[in-house]
Amino acid sequence: MNLPAKINTIQAINQALDDAMAADVNVIVLGEDVGDREEGGIVGVTRGLSSKYGDARVRSTPISEQAIIGAAIGAAIVGMRPVAEIMLMNFTTVAMDMIVNHAAKLRFMSGGQTHVPMVIRTMTGAGFGTGGQHADYLEAWFAHTAGIKVVAPSSPADAYGLMLSAIEDDDPVLFIENMPTYWTPGPAPERGVKIPLGKASILREGTDVTLISYSRRVLDCCAVAEKLAAEGISAEVIDLRTISPLDTETFLASVAKTGRAVIVHEAVKPFGVGAEIASLIYESLYGQLKGPVQRVGSNYAPVPFSKPLEDAHVPSLEQIEVAVRATFK
Amino acid sequence: MTAAIPDGEILVGIYRRMTRIKQNDERFRAVLKSGKLVMPYYSPRGQEVIPSAVSACLDDEDYICTIYRGVHDMIAKGIPLNDLWAEFGGRATGTCKGKGGPMHVTHPGTGVMVTTGIVGSSMPIANGLALAAQIRGEKRVSVAYFGDGASNIGAFHEALNMASVWKLPVIFVCQNNGYGEHTKYANSTAVANIAQRAASYSMPGITVDGNDPVATYLAAREAVDRARQGLGPSLIEAKTFRFHGHVFGDADAYMDKGEKDAWMAKDPVPLFRNWLIKTGLASEDQLATLEAAIELEIDEAVEFTLNSPYPDLAELHRDIYKDEVNV
Repeated sequence: MNLPAKINTIQAINQALDDAMAADVNVIVLGEDVGDREEGGIVGVTRGLSSKYGDARVRSTPISEQAIIGAAIGAAIVGMRPVAEIMLMNFTTVAMDMIVNHAAKLRFMSGGQTHVPMVIRTMTGAGFGTGGQHADYLEAWFAHTAGIKVVAPSSPADAYGLMLSAIEDDDPVLFIENMPTYWTPGPAPERGVKIPLGKASILREGTDVTLISYSRRVLDCCAVAEKLAAEGISAEVIDLRTISPLDTETFLASVAKTGRAVIVHEAVKPFGVGAEIASLIYESLYGQLKGPVQRVGSNYAPVPFSKPLEDAHVPSLEQIEVAVRATFK
Repeated sequence: MTAAIPDGEILVGIYRRMTRIKQNDERFRAVLKSGKLVMPYYSPRGQEVIPSAVSACLDDEDYICTIYRGVHDMIAKGIPLNDLWAEFGGRATGTCKGKGGPMHVTHPGTGVMVTTGIVGSSMPIANGLALAAQIRGEKRVSVAYFGDGASNIGAFHEALNMASVWKLPVIFVCQNNGYGEHTKYANSTAVANIAQRAASYSMPGITVDGNDPVATYLAAREAVDRARQGLGPSLIEAKTFRFHGHVFGDADAYMDKGEKDAWMAKDPVPLFRNWLIKTGLASEDQLATLEAAIELEIDEAVEFTLNSPYPDLAELHRDIYKDEVNV
């Protein structure tokens, strides 16, 4: 069945799960409210799957994050491919032991005898007034942990292709979905076509400065690049797609060409992914840079509720623009 | 349904596992004292009965998840001694190429799927092993071993609830040795018996004398049969005592000496040995032969370990992901 020309990220991930479940009986889905009796997820990402594949393979769970991830780990080490949903990224904190001490480490600690081919789907992102415990970007914690991969798509088509790869991957993958852009339509993917993990995408070619981002803030980088083009600044935009493993080759090649780099993410700036990328750029390209590497991230505070505060908390187009100009100083 | 009293062959099999645990433990402590091997070591001495009786109800295909204080569970499930000792010695020939160590032994061939160093974490993962078996329509069961202290951590409650809601083929075996690290049971736990907690999750809960091989076997038999028949999980609380404190080198100052002496006076291994001989289920010669064979096997395992190489440093970059990484 062909997809409509444009679909949103909810439809894209739903289609990826559907295609993966149709292709492999070992793919199972578990998480809070994921079954159709519970409306197929609070925003409907898993809608229809339990009706199609049965309650044994698509399981709504108790609100028990440790038990959800533990069940996924156990099933994964004996050959199933669970896709476990942790409703919101902040709730991964409740299951950190299972994710960090177990999912990420069992391959190494067992000397390669077991491995954990599971996906943890989770959504997050500021913009819906959900305040301090429902909107954090915590990817740096997981990227800091050896043994787990971290994926953060920025478009429906990428979400589809990356999800297919994540499910097929033999290592645990944390799959971060941005909630506020769930309903934003984009060009539909080609059915069955996977996007490899660990490979960044150059969304826009440029010669003067490289903008490096992932997840929702890629869209902001594209908007700023478009604006700057009007005044003759040629910005290259790189969508990392996968944060760990990081495609250093692609962004280093780009920065070697442009001599300038700005890293943009919604996570707070201190100790973030941007710091790692900036360090890698300095280590490799110190003498070739034409200006200081810049980082743009959210304000170093919990995500606030009040709308004006929330709007000011996350990176703005202006901040990205200012950062780009700072690389020319 | 009540399980039948086990026959002599099963009982001698339980003793074989018990003495295997005891003899290995004695050698581990001796080798540690000699300085030939260095490792964090949690002696299972005094707790031999529980996994020996439980394992008598399991096959190689059945899974266990155990904990860092679980060398007896591993031995009872049948991990070959060479592989086990070499892992404890950090050698390349160990079960996990020396990369896991005593607290993280894995040996899928005998169903030892995960050994966790985190209190309480064996249970949620055992659920997952059981879930896979349930979805695939397999008859195998999963056992989660843990201590009394672990019944106070959230993962215990989450795991028991989920297992009951989904009727998973899992057996939760709590080895209640009276202490969580240095803290006495009564000072940390609000119920008289851990098994009471099963009621909160609508599953059978039984407290047994974990130093009585027959009672422990019967409880395990019933729980395993129940799980195999698709009737769901059970919680077994087996009361026991650890003879040598929490970790090797622990001076036991927090333990009551009289309490310890009283438990050690009824050491379950010689007690069961004498009982088998007295009831005519085994002869002195038979058991002595069996023990001597184990002793030789341990000699060989120690020798094998000490003569085995340490892992190649390239292992630092292997088994992190499927593909080698060198960041």
